[in-house]
Amino acid sequence: MKNFTNLSRVMSGSYLPLLLLFGISVVNAIGMVVTSHILNPLRPTPQKLMPYESGMIPLGDTRARFSVKFYMVAISFIVFDLETIFLIPWAVQMRELGWSAFVAMSLFVIILAVGLLYEWKKGGLEWD
Amino acid sequence: MGSLQPISGPWALIAMSLKVTIIFGVVVVVVAFSTLAERRVAAWIQDRRGPNRVGPFGLLQPVADGIKNLLKEETLPATASKAFFVLAPMFVLVPSLVTFAVIPIAAPLPTPAGVVDMIIADIPIGILYVLAFSSLAVYGVVLGGWASNNKYAFLGGLRASAQMVSYEVALGLSLITVLMMSGNVTLTEVVWQQQQLGMWFVFPLSLAFILFVVSAFAETNRLPFDMPEAESELVTGYHTEYSAMKFSAFIISEFGHMVTASALMATLFLGGWDLPGTWDDAFWHEGQLISGFAQDGGAILANPAWWKTVLTFGGFAVKTSFFMLLYMWVRWTLPRFRYDQVMALGWKVMLPTALAYAMLVGGAILVLDELGVPWGFWYGLALTGVSGAATVGFMFFLDRGRTIIGAAGQSRQKVSIMSISQPAPAGD
Repeated sequence: MKNFTNLSRVMSGSYLPLLLLFGISVVNAIGMVVTSHILNPLRPTPQKLMPYESGMIPLGDTRARFSVKFYMVAISFIVFDLETIFLIPWAVQMRELGWSAFVAMSLFVIILAVGLLYEWKKGGLEWD
Repeated sequence: MGSLQPISGPWALIAMSLKVTIIFGVVVVVVAFSTLAERRVAAWIQDRRGPNRVGPFGLLQPVADGIKNLLKEETLPATASKAFFVLAPMFVLVPSLVTFAVIPIAAPLPTPAGVVDMIIADIPIGILYVLAFSSLAVYGVVLGGWASNNKYAFLGGLRASAQMVSYEVALGLSLITVLMMSGNVTLTEVVWQQQQLGMWFVFPLSLAFILFVVSAFAETNRLPFDMPEAESELVTGYHTEYSAMKFSAFIISEFGHMVTASALMATLFLGGWDLPGTWDDAFWHEGQLISGFAQDGGAILANPAWWKTVLTFGGFAVKTSFFMLLYMWVRWTLPRFRYDQVMALGWKVMLPTALAYAMLVGGAILVLDELGVPWGFWYGLALTGVSGAATVGFMFFLDRGRTIIGAAGQSRQKVSIMSISQPAPAGD
């Protein structure tokens, strides 16, 4: 029961304005695109509808293969963003938790730092 | 004087609707005028006049731009993925407009029906909401770049995604120290702890401030980090194919992110709406609006007034404008990085520094608590010393030319002008 009252209080109190703001923003975003679609003169020609590549006639497929480095960045991001997520609850409660939690988090950070160092030395962070 | 109770009942709903509408309106107007401000500041820095024809001092230029963009013909490339192409500007626009919701903009305003907090939604997740929504923006950018089916746009979208996720890590980690100091993720509490400390966090957390500002520049894709839309390489990157109002949506979202990031920097590190002195301090503590604690631990009730709200809002506006100006100033001062330099700075400098600094500040806070230093000016001063030393060390390390100019230095060694064999002078 306690959870339910808590939830309803939260929903009625502080999250309602967010919903309203979200509604206004979405209406605004859709309105902008739709209004301009109604108002603007559409006179398409084949040349106008070509992808703009500095006046060249586009060659090859756009959805071409791209560097694997972007994939490496994505994976590293997941690791270190998760680390941030783990650090935030501890940071908020750090002064109450004291030294034992600090030592535990230091170990956690050191393990990830070693991981970063390994990726660095392996050349995973290079863009050549 | 009204009673010092939070506003409740039907008046709360009215106050809430008014707040949402007014703050949304103000943010949109500020965004519109910051596009003008950007052009005027650019003109000022480059010693020319800038737009000054529409209205007094060109003040109606954003209106003229808006009408023009509404009436211009839009192109929808034949090869584009139509649905995603139309969706992407909306995807970009919405997160940039809703992120502002959790930032407190002024001291609580007393009304006859109760005290109104000057914040759209004081939700318990606070800063996490900002992080979540600002990272949603990357989806719109990537979607726009991919759906355009244009090589420039595609590369711009890819670069944007990699860059934004890289600096999001540093951004999140530089926030850790602020959370350690505030003990909560809500921004009202961050402002309150700065009032209690008697010192804005920019001093005790100076290195976090620097890391945060740099990451925020990279997150908003502003120069010197505007790789995703590097004109000389990618035309305009992910919004190459966009025209008229859809292009406007991308620009509005960029400026929206700038406004939010500026407000966030002001709130996290410059005290938010707090002005020097304790006269304006106010915080909801156990159902009471207090301005501090007495020696015996009892709460001192706050004394909110409408002029305090107005003054603190002015302070907040000045601080936010300062960071907006900084954005424009930096844009017209620094050249663009190369992409490998951006990634090197993000992963090899910002990330390790932010991690080490978080642990350093954590240790320093625990040592200060162990010594029994009370939360106040001397506490802040001690941390300022620790952070100042770390900042000087960081700057010294950067200035050794190992990372930022390192890449350029290496390639100069490889292909220096001396190593290229010179042709023998002809007709000797």
